[in-house]
Amino acid sequence: MIGMLAGQARQHTRDPWNMLYGLRPLGREKFWVFLLLAPTIFGLVVGAIGSVIATLALSFTNWDLLTPPNWAGLSNYVSLFTNPAFSKALTNTIKFSAVYVPGVVVVSLLVAVLLNRPIRGRALFRTLFFLPAVTSAVATALVWNMIYGKDTGLLNYLLEQLGMQPVCWLCTKNVMFAVVLVNIWGAIGEGMIIFLAGLTAIPRDYYEAATVDGANGTQRFFRITIPLITPSIFFQTLIATINAFQAYDYIYMLTRRGQGDSSFPVVVFSIYRNAWNFFNYGGASAQAIELALIVVFLMGFYLWLERRYVVYE
Amino acid sequence: MNKHKRKIILDLITYALLIGGAAIMATPFLWMVSTSFKLPANQYTKTLLPDPATLSNFGELFGVQINFPQLFYNSFLISGMVTIGQLLTCSMAAFVFAAVRFRYRNLLFILLLITLTLPSQVTLIPNFILFRYLRLIGTKLPLILPAFWGGAFGTFLLRQYFLTIPRDFLDAARVDGASLLQIYWRIYMPLAKPALAALAIFTFQGAWNDLLHPLVYLPSVPNTTLTVGLAFFQQQMIQGGKFTVLMAGALISILPLILVFFFAQKQFIEGIALSGIKR
Repeated sequence: MIGMLAGQARQHTRDPWNMLYGLRPLGREKFWVFLLLAPTIFGLVVGAIGSVIATLALSFTNWDLLTPPNWAGLSNYVSLFTNPAFSKALTNTIKFSAVYVPGVVVVSLLVAVLLNRPIRGRALFRTLFFLPAVTSAVATALVWNMIYGKDTGLLNYLLEQLGMQPVCWLCTKNVMFAVVLVNIWGAIGEGMIIFLAGLTAIPRDYYEAATVDGANGTQRFFRITIPLITPSIFFQTLIATINAFQAYDYIYMLTRRGQGDSSFPVVVFSIYRNAWNFFNYGGASAQAIELALIVVFLMGFYLWLERRYVVYE
Repeated sequence: MNKHKRKIILDLITYALLIGGAAIMATPFLWMVSTSFKLPANQYTKTLLPDPATLSNFGELFGVQINFPQLFYNSFLISGMVTIGQLLTCSMAAFVFAAVRFRYRNLLFILLLITLTLPSQVTLIPNFILFRYLRLIGTKLPLILPAFWGGAFGTFLLRQYFLTIPRDFLDAARVDGASLLQIYWRIYMPLAKPALAALAIFTFQGAWNDLLHPLVYLPSVPNTTLTVGLAFFQQQMIQGGKFTVLMAGALISILPLILVFFFAQKQFIEGIALSGIKR
């Protein structure tokens, strides 16, 4: 990731991050520099660092915002392990991510590889695959609800036309795959663009040289294409993982039931429900901290993998 | 000959997969458009072309109960203000990070980059408590104000673009006696129009499509955004209602972004490729 982020501006070899570049402010300009940075510093101190510390502090309390907060010690963290509702949410998030992340990476890579071939109508295909990434998940989830409907849905209608039994797509048994499918559908566009950028950057000579040496198409794909786009694959996996652990919109729209419940509660859903339905801000904070720790841990793991396996030219 | 045959087969597979995939991508949109023109009595019919077609669903959006124009206005105002805030404060910081040397610059920049990975759920609860303390829940301010305190994504995107502006421009302006503020506003900002456009599109899109934050800060209809409004009406509809009207609302709600996308596809796609990260 870092290589990819820095890659954009890597024209000074001695200074890959451009960390030494720039003008020195003269006299009174130091004040202006501070002023230009002031909103960002405020956001960093209050919006980010302050919020993390506040969430951490809140996680050790029981607070409904109406009565004064009580010190709760570690009880909110204990209930992360003992509360069956949260365990279910955490399991759902992990299962969801385990299917969603490889799904997005593989499907969007496939679409990008197909679109990278010399074909007609590339712009039209690209637009169609990108459309869900432009539009709001709320609006498209409304249609998906109509498509997944048990008695009135389009999908079951098509199944019946093929002589199959209708399926309850949003019932507990199938809901995960129904939701993962929609989330992947919504994310293909972005992944496709990332991979297309990576694919078009591979020099044509490589393929020509390999063909001269007698490599066939499969060999060229696995020995040239895949190794050379490992940065894009890595990057896309990272983004998909971050998105998977924060996935909310489609899940909220497709799985909510009466009383603010869900047939597929995930961690973000649980955070929202605990804070704003149950007024358990302390418990919700502990869940948010756990979510953040999982994401941070995964990021660390990915960066370790990057150093081992990702090839930057 | 054999090679030629292989190419034809590969082409066939490519087109079959792409056309099949494109059909899956497009069906929900076609269904949305189709349903929004159907009579409410025909809302579950499985024909793609509405028969008879009607515009009445769009008319009903203006009814008192739904008050769609109010939702649209709210979304537009919030997204517009968020975009202005981000363009201004992110470009200010990005300019400093790209063109000015000062102590702690690298430390500050790395801290900012770290917040890129911070899940917004971690900051949501204390921000909510802060805005509740300030008695701002139920107003648009909790959605707008944070856009005016910068952001890692926008700052990073613009800094990367600013770094491509040749150093000579900076030195020449300095020799002519330009101040840092003048260099920022007169040289860097005009030259960075493509990156600013990409950031504007992303930011507007993110704010327009956001569900979680308006759900927390503006939970009740009609004083809320399109996303929360549509989600609310869907729940009402489940107790026997007109999905045709809901689809008309959904269609209108995605129309502005689709229009922007068609006119600014280049910025959209380059922006993603430039940074690879949304939000």
